[in-house]
Amino acid sequence: MEVLVILIPISLFLGGLGLVAFFWTLKSKQYDDPEGDSRRILSDQYDDAPPE
Amino acid sequence: MTAQIAACPACAVAPAGEELAARATAAQGAASLLLSLPEIHCAGCIAGVERSLMAMPGVQGARVNLTLKRATVQADAGLTAEDLALALSEQGYSAHELDAASLGTAENDRQGRELLMRLGVAGFAMMNVMLLSVAVWSGATDATRDLFHWISATIAIPTIAFSAQPFFRNALSALRAARLNMDVPISLAILLAAGMSVYETAQSGEYAYFDAALSLTFFLLAGRYLDHRTRSVARSAAKELAALEVPRALRIEGGTEAMTPVAELAVGDLVRVLPGARIPVDGVIETGATEIDRSLLTGESLPVAAGPETRVSAGEINLTGALAVRVSAAGEDSSLHRLTDLVAIAETARNRYTSLADKAARIYAPVVHLLALGAFIVWVVISGDIRLSLNIAVAVLIITCPCALGLAVPAVTTAASGRLFRRGMLIKSATALERLAEVDTVVFDKTGTLTNGTPELTNLAAHSRRDLRIALALAEGSAHPLAGALAQAAKRAGLRVAPVTDLREIPGHGVEALFAGRPVRLGRASWIGATPAPRTATYLRIGDEAPLAFHFADKLRDGAETAIKALKAQGKSVLLLSGDAPAAVADIAARTGIGDFAADLLPQDKVARIKALADQGHRVLMVGDGLNDTAALAAAHASISPASALEATRVVSDIVLLGNSLAPLADAVLTAKSATRRIRENFAIAAGYNAIAIPVALLGLATPLAAALAMSASSITVSLNALRLR
Repeated sequence: MEVLVILIPISLFLGGLGLVAFFWTLKSKQYDDPEGDSRRILSDQYDDAPPE
Repeated sequence: MTAQIAACPACAVAPAGEELAARATAAQGAASLLLSLPEIHCAGCIAGVERSLMAMPGVQGARVNLTLKRATVQADAGLTAEDLALALSEQGYSAHELDAASLGTAENDRQGRELLMRLGVAGFAMMNVMLLSVAVWSGATDATRDLFHWISATIAIPTIAFSAQPFFRNALSALRAARLNMDVPISLAILLAAGMSVYETAQSGEYAYFDAALSLTFFLLAGRYLDHRTRSVARSAAKELAALEVPRALRIEGGTEAMTPVAELAVGDLVRVLPGARIPVDGVIETGATEIDRSLLTGESLPVAAGPETRVSAGEINLTGALAVRVSAAGEDSSLHRLTDLVAIAETARNRYTSLADKAARIYAPVVHLLALGAFIVWVVISGDIRLSLNIAVAVLIITCPCALGLAVPAVTTAASGRLFRRGMLIKSATALERLAEVDTVVFDKTGTLTNGTPELTNLAAHSRRDLRIALALAEGSAHPLAGALAQAAKRAGLRVAPVTDLREIPGHGVEALFAGRPVRLGRASWIGATPAPRTATYLRIGDEAPLAFHFADKLRDGAETAIKALKAQGKSVLLLSGDAPAAVADIAARTGIGDFAADLLPQDKVARIKALADQGHRVLMVGDGLNDTAALAAAHASISPASALEATRVVSDIVLLGNSLAPLADAVLTAKSATRRIRENFAIAAGYNAIAIPVALLGLATPLAAALAMSASSITVSLNALRLR
């Protein structure tokens, strides 16, 4: 059971990492145009992040 | 930004009929411009639009949003949205300018993003706590269990404090107003469950409800988010319709004309109104003669002659000649704006309608509180153990908590509005679907609703080829809708233009020219010297021969016949109420197969008719587009207007038809019916779960595991049932 001391912090850290990634996607407006983004991958032009 | 740049001379003499050209010449500095792109749909369109925009000199950046079908463009000062729209139209993408001020999207966005953030945090916390709980459920004991409970607590408490805020806020404001809403039991359940669990953990008790408190928050937030998204899509699309009408006017100041926002006009200003443009203000004509289309205000399909001293109202369309109009009322005081009072009255009447969700909440909230309180008292009496009794009361609150209820309505409304939106219908009111489902009588307006408002020549065969060729030559010299219809019909019949000379248009009267040395005239009966017939017609006179009449009938809107047939097949009674002349109304009634019709109605008469129908116990759906229908639309149980209607009219209607066809109407009623059925089914499912779970909880047999299972199972069943709507 001692392994829990390592495993629990690791699982919380990884979960937290996911949460931070989610915040980042939200802040950088990645949910503003789901339709368009799903089509843009078909375009061969390199595309920067949406302008502010 | 506020600099007013004089309109270019070309704009002042822009060809008639180009309403767009009359707007939008004001430059906005190096600001961002918004374009509406109604037809884009694929990756190719995105790339094409962005490439052609970037290729324009002065454009610094362009980004297409396919979800909203919009483009945001950063451009140098001097470049107007109109130029961009024109350039895109040349590339084959239809584009319209959007008024960024009336869109005001930022606020909406922020709310949605905030909800999404809370939802994400709640989801993350729920999953982690659930993992720890699974360990407890599968047999962790003593110190391990306490450790897991403490870790759960450190995740759950901050999450609840952050994510459940919307519920706490709503509950608090309801309590302040001494009311009970759905959020009161929700907040109570979340807070009691968290508080009780912390206490149990400190006492190293067996049961903690952290996972239940979190999944409650998560599921309910999901419902809230769906609700918000459905509404904000409808709201932003409705705003977009309004933003398409850029409120600007050409003000005449000391010999020059400047594009000015309508809001800045003052009484006494002189405004130029070009042919084909909508009159922006109430006023009196100073110079110029023309014909005016009042159909949006009164329902009359015949244009009215107007000259100096004629009073005009905002919303009318100037057909033939350029006018200078002296403003008599602008902005807040104009007749268009006075309608807002009417709209406000209508809104309060509508707000009295209680939705199914409100009805359910009204029963639900007190019942749940009484049950929990009852359970607590009874168990204290039986066992004398306050801690046990409180635990049971909390279990009752959690298990009865309206996860399913909170999802039951938003899930169905989201599915239904999405389905209708794809068919070109925009649902604006939250209770529109429920009211639409109850409708048994459908009332149509004529001009602009059943008809397109564009005339069609009916007696082409009655004229000789020579007369038609002369008429065609004259008709091509005018932008009047009747002339346009005549020219179109003649061209379709394969006729060529007769050689005429000295062609000129007399605004407000007609067109004249010389044909083989003889004067020929096409226009109003009084000008030609003919006796006017009691129907839409224009007259041709060649030299001093007898005048010839060209008759016109209104063209039916696409899908009008199909929609009426389908509505009748559903057992609805269909009526036609119009402000137009009896002959024209009877004609349309016969063509669409409506037996019950009335003509020459004033706006009040329409309202009276609808009130009378309502008094007889009918639920009326009103379909109309004119200002004269606005009161009737507001009085009806449910209302639909086409996108071509004025903004004031669209505001009072529950559903806006975005496309040109009426065909989806019957479908909307069916979808509304099945959506209401699904909502009721969902309530039944939720009630069924509670009927099993409540006795279990009351007997003190509910464990956190049972609560988690019941909650998830009912939420998922309800969501799946909502998806069946597709």
